[in-house]
Amino acid sequence: MNAEILNESLTYAQWLPIIFIGLMGLAVLIYAILDGYDLGVGILLPMQSRDEAQRDTMIASIGPFWDANETWLVLAVGILLIAFPEAHSMILMHLYIPAALMLIGLIMRGVAFDFRAKAAVDLKLTWDRTFKAGSLLTTLTQGYMLGQYVMGFDSHWNALLFSCLSALGVTAAYSYVGAAWLVMKTEGELQRRAVRWARRAGRATFLGVVAVSMVNPLVNPGVFDRWFTYPLVMFVLLIPTVCFAIFVFNDRLLKRMPKENDRHCRVPFFLTVAIFMLCFSGLAFSFFPEIVPGKLDIWEAASATESLTFILVGAVIVVPLIIAYTALAYRVFLGKATALKYH
Amino acid sequence: MLDTLVLSRIQFAANISFHILFPAITMALAWILFFFKLRYDRTDNPVWMRAYRFWVKVFALTFALGVVSGITMSFQFGTNWPGFMENVGNIAGPLLGYEVLTAFFLEATFLGIMLFGIDRVPSWLHTVSALVVAIGTSLSAFWILALNSWMQTPAGFEIRDGVIHATSWLEVIFNPSFPYRYTHMMLASGLTAAFFVAGLSAYRILKGDEKLAPRLALKTGLVIAAILAPVQAYVGDLHGLNTLKHQPQKVAAMEAIWETQRGAPLLLFAIPDEKERTNHAEIAVPHLASLILTHEVDGEIRGLDEFEGNHPPVAPLFFGFRIMVGMGILMLLTAWTGCYLLIKREELPRWMLRVLVGMTFSGWAAVLAGWYVTEIGRQPWLVTGILRTADAVTPLAPTNVGFSLALYLTVYVILMYAYIHTLKVMALKAVKVEEFETESPSSEGTTSGLPGSAEEGAA
Repeated sequence: MNAEILNESLTYAQWLPIIFIGLMGLAVLIYAILDGYDLGVGILLPMQSRDEAQRDTMIASIGPFWDANETWLVLAVGILLIAFPEAHSMILMHLYIPAALMLIGLIMRGVAFDFRAKAAVDLKLTWDRTFKAGSLLTTLTQGYMLGQYVMGFDSHWNALLFSCLSALGVTAAYSYVGAAWLVMKTEGELQRRAVRWARRAGRATFLGVVAVSMVNPLVNPGVFDRWFTYPLVMFVLLIPTVCFAIFVFNDRLLKRMPKENDRHCRVPFFLTVAIFMLCFSGLAFSFFPEIVPGKLDIWEAASATESLTFILVGAVIVVPLIIAYTALAYRVFLGKATALKYH
Repeated sequence: MLDTLVLSRIQFAANISFHILFPAITMALAWILFFFKLRYDRTDNPVWMRAYRFWVKVFALTFALGVVSGITMSFQFGTNWPGFMENVGNIAGPLLGYEVLTAFFLEATFLGIMLFGIDRVPSWLHTVSALVVAIGTSLSAFWILALNSWMQTPAGFEIRDGVIHATSWLEVIFNPSFPYRYTHMMLASGLTAAFFVAGLSAYRILKGDEKLAPRLALKTGLVIAAILAPVQAYVGDLHGLNTLKHQPQKVAAMEAIWETQRGAPLLLFAIPDEKERTNHAEIAVPHLASLILTHEVDGEIRGLDEFEGNHPPVAPLFFGFRIMVGMGILMLLTAWTGCYLLIKREELPRWMLRVLVGMTFSGWAAVLAGWYVTEIGRQPWLVTGILRTADAVTPLAPTNVGFSLALYLTVYVILMYAYIHTLKVMALKAVKVEEFETESPSSEGTTSGLPGSAEEGAA
């Protein structure tokens, strides 16, 4: 470990891994939020036959976005592969089976999305089930992998138990942001349902976040030291405090929704996004500059300087463009999803 | 019990073979769709729009399959071939990174606008979106083929402490085989999509579709195929000569030439015998291989004896190459016959329509056979002269890889069945649905595909 590097003045070659871990963190965060809401919508899909129209609206609300959302995962894994190849191998070999299962989940939902609209009518329900099951499989395995990562790939029963808890927590969090997305993008009966879903998922997420926050410093002594060292403790404890406040506020707000003229229908979504950002910065703060907790830091895992430079040049030009045309796409599809038509 | 190396190779081959089927269609279909939309903008002829409507749905479905099967690829490198990234990650990483950055986001985002935004954006912006999607798919092919070509014919690098470092990115990207491979693949995609469009349109007409749109699409597909097929033959020849220069052992295996000789015959058929290092049941044309490869009747061709222990397995290359070329000839004949019949009379005879239906997926056969030739032809190397395939494989237990492989294969079989079945359903639905007139490219129908709202894209 050479985390002491941070106390010296950094050379260009030492800066590069920091820039790339920042880029990767950004990609992971954007992925969790964006694919989070469309995975959440998939999990929440109601499966009664009378719900068919609502399923259509829900899936229409994510139609133009899911593909680009998933690309953030490819980018995050890509940056891990490109900038920190050793960490990529280490992490993915430990997570081989859950990663394979997650890919199956992503395949199921990705194709179900298109097949449901185009296949024979009698198969539509089957594809809707596939969509829901694929979404659930994806979120559960992602949560499990997050748990394993935090526990340093420990395979004792208590670490596995924690990973299962994390699987449920992440699934709850994705449902939370998915429900909040639906509150923003739908109206009428479906919106009222989404409000109920959002409240329930919000409370479940809260429990999950509390559980992970308590277990993480207890099992990782380094994390404990980092969080509870004076004077930093005064500052960093702001993260859980603000997070708690947003949870409570959002719950109170959702209780009064939907409001007249659909006022504040976007607020729950952005509050949920804020919670995602806070939780993510908490995790990042726990581990930076380690990339595989307890085993590898970003400087040990980084690729050659000239390769990182080559890709950085492209990233500096292209990432702002990506953000710009992503914003354009969201602008084009602004408003309620019921009006969304195909082709 | 199969070991991790064999299982990992089977898994990679299964994943990439399944994956390439879909980009092989969408890379060129994206350009065909742009062409349809552009023609509609220019002529205001609604038939172009109806052709666009049907094919954009096929495109969306095919694209989705390409995306999901592609995501598995980005995990494969790290999970099954860690040695690849450890040794050549400094080259492979940035090329893959540029693919994600410049192509994936571009196509994914603008595809959303292209598919769902037609009545939310001005028509010109919609046409631009179709163009951007086409550019995105071609860019994606650019980067991935740059990497693949570099693995075949590495250039622009040096080795420091056993690890590859780039010295010139231009030489890395434009390595000796890249221009040929890229052109060859783009043309292959063009032919694949052309026969795909012609075949599915012929199917609709055979099933009693009286409308103009499938006839227009059929004609477009046939004309594209008739133009591209001879160009492909020429480019393929150049690519072969390039391979002869940089990877002579691959060409020797393709032609099953065991000993270096002058005036080598072209084997139309043979059964290569790796043990005896000879061929059985040869049917040969004297001197023709030398003539094709060296452009001299008595030109010398280096045989496999010069590369003993360091050349790819002969039989798969020998047969793969013949399947590819055979498909190419069949495509050329079909396309030219079809165009001739179209000029002679308005409507293709039913036998020709049936032939075209039979050729719907002919591109897939040629693309797979061609890729098997070039990829198996690189063995025993993963990166020619730098890294052996066996040295790059994961230390994972065979059971783990076996489990994931079984999982992937099951899913792929189901998906392939669903894909073909759905194409059929879509084509039949398009036959039945009434044709309609539209003033502007307004939308109809929701994503639901509900019976009441499913009358979209009627033509």
